[in-house]
Amino acid sequence: MQAGADGHDCLRYSTQLPEIRAVTREPPVLETENLTIRFGGHVAVDNVSCAFERGTLTAIVGPNGAGKTTYFNLVSGQLRASAGRVRLNGEDITRKGVAERCDRGIGRAFQLTNLFANLSVRENVRLVVQSRANRGFDIFSRASAHVELIERAEHVLAEVRLIDKRDMPVSALPHGDQRKLEVALMIALSPQVLMFDEPTAGMSVDEVPVILDLIRDLKKDRDRTILLVEHKMDVIRTLADRIIVLHNGALVADGEPGEVMCSPIVQEAYLGKAPEAASTEVVHG
Amino acid sequence: MINTLFSGDRPQSRILAAILILIGLALAFAPFLFPGTKPLDTAARICIFIVLVASYDLLLGYTGIVSFAHTMFFGIGAYGVAIALSVMGPGFSAIGVGVVAGTLVSAVLALAIGLFSLRVKAIFFAMVTLAVASAFAVLVSQMSGFTGGEDGLTYRIPRELTPAFRLADFRLFDVRLDGRLLAYYLVFFCALALFLAMLRIVNSPFGTTLKAVRDNAFRAEAIGYRVIWYRTTATVLSAAMASLAGALLAIWIRYTGPATTLSMEIMIDILLMVVIGGMGTMYGAVIGATLFILAQTYLQNLMGAAEQATEALPLVSVLLAPERWLLWLGVLFILSVYFFPDGVVGRLRRRG
Repeated sequence: MQAGADGHDCLRYSTQLPEIRAVTREPPVLETENLTIRFGGHVAVDNVSCAFERGTLTAIVGPNGAGKTTYFNLVSGQLRASAGRVRLNGEDITRKGVAERCDRGIGRAFQLTNLFANLSVRENVRLVVQSRANRGFDIFSRASAHVELIERAEHVLAEVRLIDKRDMPVSALPHGDQRKLEVALMIALSPQVLMFDEPTAGMSVDEVPVILDLIRDLKKDRDRTILLVEHKMDVIRTLADRIIVLHNGALVADGEPGEVMCSPIVQEAYLGKAPEAASTEVVHG
Repeated sequence: MINTLFSGDRPQSRILAAILILIGLALAFAPFLFPGTKPLDTAARICIFIVLVASYDLLLGYTGIVSFAHTMFFGIGAYGVAIALSVMGPGFSAIGVGVVAGTLVSAVLALAIGLFSLRVKAIFFAMVTLAVASAFAVLVSQMSGFTGGEDGLTYRIPRELTPAFRLADFRLFDVRLDGRLLAYYLVFFCALALFLAMLRIVNSPFGTTLKAVRDNAFRAEAIGYRVIWYRTTATVLSAAMASLAGALLAIWIRYTGPATTLSMEIMIDILLMVVIGGMGTMYGAVIGATLFILAQTYLQNLMGAAEQATEALPLVSVLLAPERWLLWLGVLFILSVYFFPDGVVGRLRRRG
């Protein structure tokens, strides 16, 4: 589905341009300033400055190895920047750890399934709810006595339609359900900034809409800022308010979907190639 | 009530429940069921090792941390009581001081080791604990003026806990009601309370977080848990529990030395007991400790009997000679790990 490349789409999108530009600007929720990371001589993310506003969904695209996941890792804290800054609500969080950034409102979903495999589905969600409620150090009360945490977890599981499988260990779940659980963790975490790294990767065609609906629901809450790494152009077109394009670690295009998809640099750098080839990026960085 | 006591952690297997009840009853009534000094001593050791092994399971099975310093904490608890009793003379205040001091020293040491080395790879932490434990053992044997060196310390405990103390003049089920009986029940109830406390810890929100850290520390951090603090807290709790077990041992055997508390052999025994019982189950500690201590204590007797029974057969009787009991203990462990890779408890639970 590389429909973005054809001329009709470009025409249609460009007509919508002026209306979006009219929105008044408020200070960005999340901002990266000259963000850079080098691994030896290789610059994986190169001087990326970009601001993300409240209530927007930004798709980040680029060929494999463009630095999308690395950029995510820099924002959510799995990697520390070699240079540049990350700001959340004006606060410099460049030197903060992963857990501290999570507390401040950055929620990150992972490209490869990254769950608590030996725990049950419900326990996975409960852990997130428990972290949000700051009860992790509750040493001497029974976990099963915290009814409100369990109810909240089950509520989220009902939302992603995993409630029937709540007692199964995660390792026994089919891949599609694990992806749903990944989204469930984000819903339970309910952060200000949500980062999805290819949420539909490896899912069958009929499962993809379920995930997209869940993300669309999250987007309805206008307080959230969503960042989405995605290869599927149809997904981007239905969800994104804005697209930024990374190429060789640098930000090469930024704008509304129609505009960006038509820009020559994207045509050349990204859409001309086969973007849906299996990803080989490393999540852990 | 029972559910609260056991923190809602059900055995999840009828056979397992039956075995646990059997062990519990046998230990609770050991002085009446198995009269004699040796059986009572074995029962008390089982109680103490259940606590020690469970505290190691908290670390290994629930948090996924490999430590070789567990006997060091066990030893610190024992030496705390031993030194306090030697210096202050027999008395319950000396025991109290020893227990508090030993537990505090263990906790502080565990905190230091944890903060310094839990950030790094698991293997590095294991090596650091091994180094610290070896250094500590050397230190104990060198500071002989204080610790008794290789000979250890022999001391008197409060009269109320010795056989000389008569609780009552009559006999109950043909058992003398003396201080030794009191000492046993002190050990038994302390061990029970400590075990139930640990069962509660692993079933608390904190316990769930430990399991999350074990399964996927990377993700635990990403959902807002400061992994290093959870690992360190688990290390400190486990060290404190091991210390308390050590204090019980010091009271029970009235002797504390490197061989009974600090040796690497005991460390290996603890590891084996956790693995045989089943890691990350708590109940595995009960099964593992009971099986191991029983085998350690009675295998020689059993083999002595077997040797006599097979006297006519040349090779068999030699193989079954009591002095070869370590060989057969080894065989038993290999078999048990082979047939129960996830421990006795894991195996029984999978049967449903």
